[in-house]
Amino acid sequence: MTSQYKTSKGNRMWRAASNHLATGLAILSTILVITPLVVIFIYLLYKGASSLNFAFFTKIPRPVGETGGGMANAIVGSGLLLLVGSALGVPIGIAAGIFLAEFGRGGKLANLVRFTADVLNGVPSIVMGISVYSLIVLPQKHFSAFAGGVALGIMMIPTITRTTEEMLLMVPHAIREAALGLGVPNWRSVLSITLRTASPGVITGCMLAFARVAGETAPLLFTAFGNQFWSVNLNQPIAALPLQIYVYALSPYEEWHRLAWAGALVLIVLIVVSVSLVRFVTTRGVLKGAS
Amino acid sequence: MGVGLQVTNLNAWYGTNHALLDINLPIPANEATALIGPSGCGKSTFVRCLNRMHETNPIARVTGSVRMGDIDIYNDVSPVEVRRRVGMVFQRPNPFPTMSIYDNVASGLRLNGFSNRRILDEIVERSLKNAALWDEVKNDLKKKSGASLSGGQQQRLCIARALAVDPEVLLMDEPASALDPVSTAKIEDLIFQLKSQYTIVIVTHNMQQAARVAERTGFFLNGRLVEFDATHKIFTNPGDKRTEDYITGRFG
Repeated sequence: MTSQYKTSKGNRMWRAASNHLATGLAILSTILVITPLVVIFIYLLYKGASSLNFAFFTKIPRPVGETGGGMANAIVGSGLLLLVGSALGVPIGIAAGIFLAEFGRGGKLANLVRFTADVLNGVPSIVMGISVYSLIVLPQKHFSAFAGGVALGIMMIPTITRTTEEMLLMVPHAIREAALGLGVPNWRSVLSITLRTASPGVITGCMLAFARVAGETAPLLFTAFGNQFWSVNLNQPIAALPLQIYVYALSPYEEWHRLAWAGALVLIVLIVVSVSLVRFVTTRGVLKGAS
Repeated sequence: MGVGLQVTNLNAWYGTNHALLDINLPIPANEATALIGPSGCGKSTFVRCLNRMHETNPIARVTGSVRMGDIDIYNDVSPVEVRRRVGMVFQRPNPFPTMSIYDNVASGLRLNGFSNRRILDEIVERSLKNAALWDEVKNDLKKKSGASLSGGQQQRLCIARALAVDPEVLLMDEPASALDPVSTAKIEDLIFQLKSQYTIVIVTHNMQQAARVAERTGFFLNGRLVEFDATHKIFTNPGDKRTEDYITGRFG
């Protein structure tokens, strides 16, 4: 009777071997994914760390030929551009995601919005820069931080929209029914229950979009334009880390090359820090045992 | 106090599937009414018609009338209003996973704009006591997530959440089917106590459970209400051959 459930020794060994093989492949893939980030980071440390000093964070760029100076204006400028971009991209992106998952399901408009978001995601960033240039910069007749922020914001929308939609669709139907069954109006249930339950995933989507546009240069070339001086005026051209790196890296001066490396290092560290910070702040209130 | 329901000529569809056919049924106030029948017979669809949850499915349709006291729940009031007055406990415990125990119980009131802390505290305590969960959770109200409780505790949490909005009718769709016998006994005790304040409709696959908790029992088969009578009559001397076959286990 029991013999038919017994496995031969060879069979058992094959199973053990394939188990180890699969585990090994998973570990290998993990290493392959992490390696580029680590390599880039170490290389940036090697090339850029020596140029980092207090002045880098507090001074604005010096004219050609003078040594010293920093990227304080570019760091603040990048922060400001990302603030404007997020203020535009996050609400619109999340709202569109909610529409796709909760209200437009299967409708023609929803399919159109989804298709548009996918196409927008594939638009080269330089095209985004040119579009915003003709929509905002040309009518205003000057470059501005605002135009740069708008370009970044539009680039954030598709990623946020699609992740919000997917995360909302993953919320179990039982949770929505629980809310509706309590006599909660549908819109309230969507905002306070479904979106809240999906919020860790939605925040991840926002952070992905944020991290992606934080390093974008092309959409800023014709919009924020860059600035060698202090400016926090949204209506004026503004410096940004990626722009400054771009200009310095292409320059013929050794001093500027070193500053570009340092700028790249600062940019990547700032992205990691801000993403971790948002994650820390937004998960602090989450209770133990919650899924 | 509970209020009775009067169901008249109720028909329900999912797309072209005619799920309920001409259901006529009085549900008396402050009693437990059990609905039994094989899977797919329409019991769940029926209770979902009583708080208009049925229509949240886009392909679903209903005709007929359900009167609660002297209002027609399909014509006189909005679905949101109906669901506030006719609470529901689902088959699987479904606490809000991101909320604490306290927030789960308070959710129905808070999401309808109620925010008085002192009164909320009172209602949460009373609801948890009514759901026989207070003693087990009173020290972790705001520390623990609703999802961290055991299955049986989660279901009582869901009952407390439904009670907190002070409904007149409580619908329970197989509330104990996912629970172990100890938790099931607790839920049954609870139903017994809740009858004094609420009208209860309970769908169950467990005939002993129906016999234990309900004054009246209805037997559903293929979308029709075959028989509706006092529970002891259904289980000792059913009027219909099909009811007898079902409760004696000859089919279904």
